[in-house]
Amino acid sequence: MSKERIQTITLSLVILFVSFVVGEIVTNTGNASTKELTEYEKLMGLGEPQAHVPGPSEVLKLAVKELSNPFYDNGSNDKGIGTQLFYSILRVMAGYFLAVLIAIPLGFLTGMSPIFYNALQPYIQVLKPISPLAWMPLALFVIKDSILSSVFVIFICSIWPILINTAFGVMSVKKDWLNVSRTLEMGTLETAFKVILPAALPTIFTGLRISMGISWLVIVAAEMLVGGTGIGYYVWNEWNNLDLTSVVFSIFMIGIVGMGLDLLIAQASKYFMYQE
Amino acid sequence: MKGNSYPIKNGNLQKLLTNLILRIMPYNSLDNPYSEKSDLSHGAGCSCGPCSAKKKAAVNTLPDTEESIVNRFVETAIVKSMFGGNDMNRRRFISAVGESTFKAALATALPMGLLQSCVNDKKKQVENGGATTKSVSKLEKTKLNIGFVPITCATPIIMSKPMGFYEKYGLDVDVIKTAGWAVARDKSLNKEYDASHMLTPMPLAMTMGAGSIASPYIMPAVENINGQAICLHLKHKDKRDPKQWKGFKFGVPFEYSMHNFLLRYYVAEFGLDPDKDIQIRVVPPPEMVANLRAGNLDGYLSPDPFNQRAVYENVGFLHMLTKDIWEGHPCCAFACSEDFAKTNPNTYAALFSAIIDATQYSSKHENRAAIAEAISPKNYLNQPPSVVAQVLTGKYADGLGNVKDAPDRIGFDPFPWHSMGVWILTQMKRWGYVKKDINYKAIAEQVYLATDCANKMKELGYEAPGTTYKKHYIMGKEFDPNKPEEYVDSFAIKAN
Repeated sequence: MSKERIQTITLSLVILFVSFVVGEIVTNTGNASTKELTEYEKLMGLGEPQAHVPGPSEVLKLAVKELSNPFYDNGSNDKGIGTQLFYSILRVMAGYFLAVLIAIPLGFLTGMSPIFYNALQPYIQVLKPISPLAWMPLALFVIKDSILSSVFVIFICSIWPILINTAFGVMSVKKDWLNVSRTLEMGTLETAFKVILPAALPTIFTGLRISMGISWLVIVAAEMLVGGTGIGYYVWNEWNNLDLTSVVFSIFMIGIVGMGLDLLIAQASKYFMYQE
Repeated sequence: MKGNSYPIKNGNLQKLLTNLILRIMPYNSLDNPYSEKSDLSHGAGCSCGPCSAKKKAAVNTLPDTEESIVNRFVETAIVKSMFGGNDMNRRRFISAVGESTFKAALATALPMGLLQSCVNDKKKQVENGGATTKSVSKLEKTKLNIGFVPITCATPIIMSKPMGFYEKYGLDVDVIKTAGWAVARDKSLNKEYDASHMLTPMPLAMTMGAGSIASPYIMPAVENINGQAICLHLKHKDKRDPKQWKGFKFGVPFEYSMHNFLLRYYVAEFGLDPDKDIQIRVVPPPEMVANLRAGNLDGYLSPDPFNQRAVYENVGFLHMLTKDIWEGHPCCAFACSEDFAKTNPNTYAALFSAIIDATQYSSKHENRAAIAEAISPKNYLNQPPSVVAQVLTGKYADGLGNVKDAPDRIGFDPFPWHSMGVWILTQMKRWGYVKKDINYKAIAEQVYLATDCANKMKELGYEAPGTTYKKHYIMGKEFDPNKPEEYVDSFAIKAN
């Protein structure tokens, strides 16, 4: 191991340790009071743990408990963290792949024809900045199904980055390469698949990666709104009960899964990178 | 003949029936009477070779529900008697005209289904010690989704699941927690929910198309009466006179809610115009406490347990209970689309019975502690049991250092008074939620099924009121349901 790598790891561990200790110090435990309580104090819940910002050790304890039984099922409104994450990932994947299926071919066409590109520009620019959640009431009304509505919201938020990046990637393929393919008398389709697509892939993957990040951000909010299942619902349900330990725990889980999804696409894109 | 109710779940019953067929009954009675191939002649205990062989086969092809067995016996008895018990004639006739023709011809002449259900009903009546349980016969649908917002008002709807009230009427219900009423409304309109916990003004508004597309909704039963409170942030401890509330930001759970109408009524009685002098925001109940703590709200009139939870978290205090605005006011309701009730009359009736039963059960104080225990877990309200118990038992901390005792803090009474519906409509009119002229009584009577509820209550052995209109008194002011228009005009503060 190089010296630099050892230093990096040491620093990472130090940051973790310091934040753990600082976290423990600044948070209180919310422990139940042990002194003799009057009736009023009992009704005020002084005999029970109070809602509080949890320390790292408390979150860790909960994480061990939740992760040791991630798929428990105590009825339709109380399922394990694993089940909830599974539902969220499923929804994200459904909406995301739908977007990929539509955005890549459409972006390809747009990128190959400047007229098409310029004609679509104003619409894309208007639709792109709309917060995906603003679509939710409309989706619920039109689609008439809350699960499909959340899938639709994921779809609508992930389609734009992919579309724009694909079009951009296709447009910026070097003219020299196209000229070479023309010299070699390649047909349009052959040029598209053998020259343009491989050349544009890195840019397309950037779009795919951005979209995946956005989808994962949006699903949490969408599920908080609609409820039922999913990690967003889990956060909302714990918020109801002001159980911040669970909320903090799920925040970490959202981060970890988000990182996993991002890594997945980053790994995949490595296969398509090329050096000029 | 495959019935879809009375599934034979337990092995004992299956064994019993098997024995019955092998020993006592002629197996033939279970054979298809419309077929020329089946033999209905051999009697009970016939020990001839084919009989015992067929008996065993009959057991294997046993109709899978008790009800369908009864149905088959009824059919066989009728067909047999048509041919005077002469089985040869029956088989010859059927082979001449064909099985389906014969079955169809018989069906046009005789209401077979009705006869069968009569026998089935009678049988159940005997089994249930004489009580009529028409509702149990032939449930069109046993698996139901019912939405609820996690508040104590929904107690009967929620507790029916863990305490077995749905099961008792043959229903397998999933109660699904919902983030707020806009979502509950949309999921109901989308038919994701078969029925839902709603606020009493919602089905009225939905039927009129106020705030949503118009879709006929019915409200067969009220869930709770009273049970709400005005909760203020602790920093307003000294501002107990509503006249000092100018500029306050209040939360209510939904626009079409008793909470909104009661809060508006209350502040207006103290001379504040709710549209100008205070700000009213719609906040889903579960988010109330967090908003109060963050200073986003100065107070709210919201459903419990979130008032009590604010006290418990040392964020707010209870200014007053809504029972002191209008003693016995309705709050939440059990509602479904008219379409659901029409297409699934028996399921609807069974569900209705379960809800009425549960509502009556929760109205008794001695059951309240057990109910609080049953509905507090994460799957339902997700609240500390002590908070829920304080709401349901009425012995609570007010947040100002006092322990109060108000057994009628929340009550449960299913009867949907038409006069309550008319009052709600007058308030919608008063605050401009509905601009057009309203036929108050017609809408109230279309949506609030008071007569049906009274019949159902009597059927289940509870006392029901004889009328559907009565005068109400809100903060001392009389409301006469016969003069809604005059009532609206009598207020000095109103929209427009």
